[in-house]
This record gives sequence, C-alpha cells and structure tokens, in this order.
Amino acid sequence: MDKQTLKRYLYVGLVLLAFVLGIQLEGDGFIDEMYSYQEDVMYLVVQHIELVVISGAIAIAVAIPLGTILSRPRFAAIAETAMQGLNIGTTIPTLAILALAMSFLGIGTLPAVFGLCIASLLPIVRNTYTGLKEVPAHMKEAAAGIGMTANQMLFKVELPNALFVIFAGIRTALAINVGTAPLAFLIGGGGLGELIFTGIDLDEPYMMLAGAIPTAMLAILVDILIAAIAFLMVPKGVNPQRA
Amino acid sequence: MITIDNLTKIFETPNGPVTAADHIQMEVPEGEICVLLGPSGCGKTTTLKMINRIIPSTSGRVLIGGEDTTGMNTVDLRRNIGYVIQQIGLFPNMTIEENIAIVPKLLGWDAAKYKARAKELLEMVALDPSVFLKRYPKELSGGQQQRVGVARALAADPPVMLMDEPFGAIDPINREVIQDEFLKMQQELKKTIMFVSHDIDEAVKMADRIAIFRDGKLVQYDTPDDLLAHPKDKFVENFVGDDRALKRLRLAKVSQVMESPGSYVTERDNLSTALHRMEEHGYYHAIPLVNAQRQPIGYVSKGVAKTTGGTCGEHYFGLKAIAHVNDDLRKIASLMFTHDQTWLPCVDDNGVLVGYISQRGITHYLGATYHRDGGVAPLEPMLQQA
Ligand SMILES: Nc1ncnc2c1ncn2[C@@H]1O[C@H](COP(=O)(O)OP(=O)(O)OP(=O)(O)O)[C@@H](O)[C@H]1O
Ligand SMILES: [Mg+2]
Repeated sequence: MDKQTLKRYLYVGLVLLAFVLGIQLEGDGFIDEMYSYQEDVMYLVVQHIELVVISGAIAIAVAIPLGTILSRPRFAAIAETAMQGLNIGTTIPTLAILALAMSFLGIGTLPAVFGLCIASLLPIVRNTYTGLKEVPAHMKEAAAGIGMTANQMLFKVELPNALFVIFAGIRTALAINVGTAPLAFLIGGGGLGELIFTGIDLDEPYMMLAGAIPTAMLAILVDILIAAIAFLMVPKGVNPQRA
Repeated sequence: MITIDNLTKIFETPNGPVTAADHIQMEVPEGEICVLLGPSGCGKTTTLKMINRIIPSTSGRVLIGGEDTTGMNTVDLRRNIGYVIQQIGLFPNMTIEENIAIVPKLLGWDAAKYKARAKELLEMVALDPSVFLKRYPKELSGGQQQRVGVARALAADPPVMLMDEPFGAIDPINREVIQDEFLKMQQELKKTIMFVSHDIDEAVKMADRIAIFRDGKLVQYDTPDDLLAHPKDKFVENFVGDDRALKRLRLAKVSQVMESPGSYVTERDNLSTALHRMEEHGYYHAIPLVNAQRQPIGYVSKGVAKTTGGTCGEHYFGLKAIAHVNDDLRKIASLMFTHDQTWLPCVDDNGVLVGYISQRGITHYLGATYHRDGGVAPLEPMLQQA
C-alpha cells in the first residue's frame, strides 16, 4: 500500500473517531462549555494566524535567498562555516529565542514575529542550501555547456531540482512556527497562547482546550496546505509525490 | 574549423599535478567529424571540455573558424557549440520536449518553431514523438535518454558539435541505426564535430579523422584508412586491433574496387556465342548473363557452354548474391564468404550491370595502400582465375 492510500484511510478513521467523540462529548456538556469561549477563540485565531503568516512569510522571503547565496561558488569559503553556525542555532530552544527577542525589542507583536521568524528561518536556509548543493555536477555542466547564464541555470535548472527539498524545509519551519506561536503570548504577542496559558494558570481545562484544539488544528491545516502547494509547484519530473 | 594549438591541462591534485592534456596540436577541418580515441583516462574528455571552456586550459589556445576563443564570452561561445556530455545530463524537471527545446528557447525562438523542431529531432534519433515528447527523463531508459541528449545538442543547429561518447549507452542495433542517421544528417548539415569514443569500430565508421590519445598526448592523427594501414607505433597498432585490415574493408566502396564488366551474354545468345566471348576475353570459368534491361540474372559456366548446345537462357545458373556500387567491402566480403563466391556482379541504382568485384581485387586494394605513394596497380581481369 502506498503513502497516499494509507493517508486516506487515516483521514477516514480520524473523521469517524471525531464523530464518535463528538456524540460522547455532547452528552458530557463539553461542547456547551467550549461554546462559551467562541468569541475569544475567533479573535485569537485571527491574531494567531497573523503571527504565523507574517513571520512565516518573512522567514521564507529571507531564508531562500540566503540559502541560495550561500550555495553559490563565490561563497563556498564561508558557506560551510555559516551552515555550521546555523546548525548550532537550531539547537537553541525557541522559547529562549523568544526571550532573547524580548530582551532586545521589548514586549508586543514585533518581538514575537521576530522570534518566530528566527526560529523558522534555519530549516529553510539549510534545506535551500543542501538542496541546491545536491544538484548533480554533471547536470550543471550540461546547463553551462548549452550556454545558460548563471541566473538561467539557477532558475531553470537548480531551483526546480532543489524545490522538493526546499519545500520540506518550509514544512518543518512552519511546523515549528505554528507550534511555537502560542509562546508568543508570554512576551505579549497575543494569539491562542492566551487561552492556553491563562487556562493553565486558572486551572480551567475547558479554557485551555479552547486554545489548544484550534492550535492543533491550525498546525495540521498548515501542514496540509504546504504539502498541497508543494504538490502543485514542484515540477512533475522531480516530484516524488507524483511519481 | 577547430584549431587546437598547444593545448595543455594540468590538474593540481593532492597527490601532485596530473597532466591530462599535454601540448595537444591538431586541426579539424570545416564539416568533418574528428573522433578522439584512446583508453580510459587518456584525456579525451578533458581536451573536449577545453574547447567550450567547461575546463579552463592551463596553456595553449583554441580557435574556432580561425577566431581565438580565449577572450570570448563563454555564454556566446557555448550557444554556438552543441554539447553532448558523457553523463547525458538531461534536466529531470523538464519534459523531453522542454529539454530539447531549451537552447532554441534561450535564443528566443517562438513556441511553434521550437516545438516543431523538438518533434523533428526526436524522430531523427528514432524515438516516437507521440510517445516521448511529454515524458520526463526518469521515464526513459539510459539509451533513450542519451538519444535525447544528442537531439538537445542539435536543436539550435550549431555549426560546431562536441560529443562525449554520445552513443555509449545504446544497444548495438539501435547504435548502428543512430550512427547511420547521424551520418546522413551530417552529409547535409556539414557540421564540424569532435566526437569522443573508445570504440575503434565506431571511430572508423564515424570519423573523417581519428586522433589517438595516450596519457594526455596525441599519438597519431590521421584518416581512418591511413590509421589502420599505417599505425605509427606498437601502441596504436594494439589499440586498433590485429584485425585492422578487415576494419579497413568498411571504409572502401564497391565502386573503388570494381572492374569493368568487359563482356556478358543475354538469354537469347547461343551457348557457342558465350563460349566464343569467354575465349575472346580470356574468361576461364564463366560469363555473366543479363536480361533486356542489362540487369544481371545469372551466369553461364564454361563447362556447360563447351559440352551442351542451345541458348544461354536454357542453361544458366542463378546468382546467389549481387553487389551494389555503394556497398562497403565488408558487406561484400561477407556475401562472398556466405555464398562461397570468388566474384560478384556489381549493379547501379537501376540494377544494371556495371562491373564485377572479386576477392583478389579486394586483397589487391588493401595491399596497394600499404605502399604509401602508389595508387592501386592495374589488375588482370579477375574472371580469368576464378
Ligand atoms: N577535475 C579533475 N581533477 C584531477 N584530475 C582530473 C580531473 N579530471 C580529469 N582528471 C584526470 O585527467 C585524466 C584524463 O581524464 P579524462 O576525463 O579526460 O579521461 P577520458 O579520456 O575522457 O577517459 P574516459 O574514457 O574514461 O572518459 C585522468 O587521469 C583523470 O584522472
Ligand atoms: Mg571521458
């Protein structure tokens, strides 16, 4: 059985499970409790999505060019060192990054976006860099040999062939991003973290779940979205999803 | 014309310098195919890649059409040089059509034109466009990919082509087909081609000139026939193989060795006429028989003519094989051995008798060019000894 059918079965199973769970929970009055947070949830979800989208977009916009530049022969001398630096950077907990961002930029949305940006930058840079480096030398030689300029080679050959790896980086990055976004509340950035952390503090499990469940759903949604975009954008000949 | 002037490449490696090309000096005339030949690691690829400057030379120059390429912009230089790399190097993100059309696209052709071109080239390399145009490289076999690689290099009709073992991954039958197609195309297009091979048979078939390399040095640069007839040293001799005389057979056409028909008979001639003509022309064994269109259909043997009466039409033997003036001698030798014949009548495109070719004539031809200066010495009519 291939991955696709496996996924499909999984989805059907999940939907059935959710249905059974829903009947059970309705009986417990769980749904009514949740409903009381509806307005808060609506407002915070929008704020949360804003955080993710803005920081994610900036991260992608910065990371792909950065990874591309590092992969150019001109930067070969510093690239490896830079990539080592980035690898060490990934080991820093994202909470620590947020804390650092706060100590420079104060509290509010700005340090939150900045912190999330930094946290999701690294996987994209790394995958862009390795993706481009892994394009076989003979393919580049063929491209050069038929008279492509460096830019034509980058956009027509190298990037399309690295795109699948780059998308994998984006997927990882956004997973980290969505997962870390609730922490933004701790430095005054808002988002669904507000319900989660306040719920924990006040020992209100329903409040906490009202924050946690949308966060989880958002994470899944973003992942599916990125996978769908990758499916459409990565050229068929180099797309393992479309083999 | 490609002129290679004192071209040298020294690779600096951790184990010291490696001289991959050592003061190479050669010239490929306009419209000719030059095959670079030699054992693995002798510097063929390196030499080839210095022409389009994929590998920068350590010293020396390359001139194309008399123009020094040293200072040229590499992009301009390469757009005028078709390049088939040894590892094929198709772009996996593009369809076969896109791969072939890439250079025309870069040059700004319009879509209709480059699409038509892709189709035409795919047909030329014996791949069905309706099947392959929209496929991706990974959906093709190695040999099919290699053919697409050749098509891609030809796409913008560059005057100069560099081909690094372009037919290496293709099975022998298809290789022959593609080589033939390629040669046919070359007869029309007259490109100047540098072609790397390590197969002497391919070299002999394709080349106007062969350059034999050894350890980065150009050992011998000659026409295939001269190379086979006069290998310069033991290395070349071993490399071309001890059947080199047989290899030369493929280089000569029947028309070069054929002797004029002298005499023949028709079906209505009497056997006595046949005998008379054989004696007149000194034919010891037989005389060809032709129909009204002067097409050979058989022969009358002297034994029969002597002992029997009647017309030739009643007493001739059928032909087992016929040579065409454009056949190569290898095919003729094979026909003679297969049918145990010492001579074959030769015909032109209309099937009309134009002469005959004999085993002795072939041996004589091969022997004659071993003496450099002398042309083919005249030979007594073959049928005498047949
Ligand atoms: N980039 C390189 N660095 C160091 N040495 C090299 C490099 N490229 C080639 N060489 C060396 O130069 C020599 C010639 O190599 P080249 O690729 O020209 O051989 P070739 O005649 O094409 O062989 P083959 O038939 O196997 O393709 C070899 O000894 C090889 O090891
Ligand atoms: Mg080679």
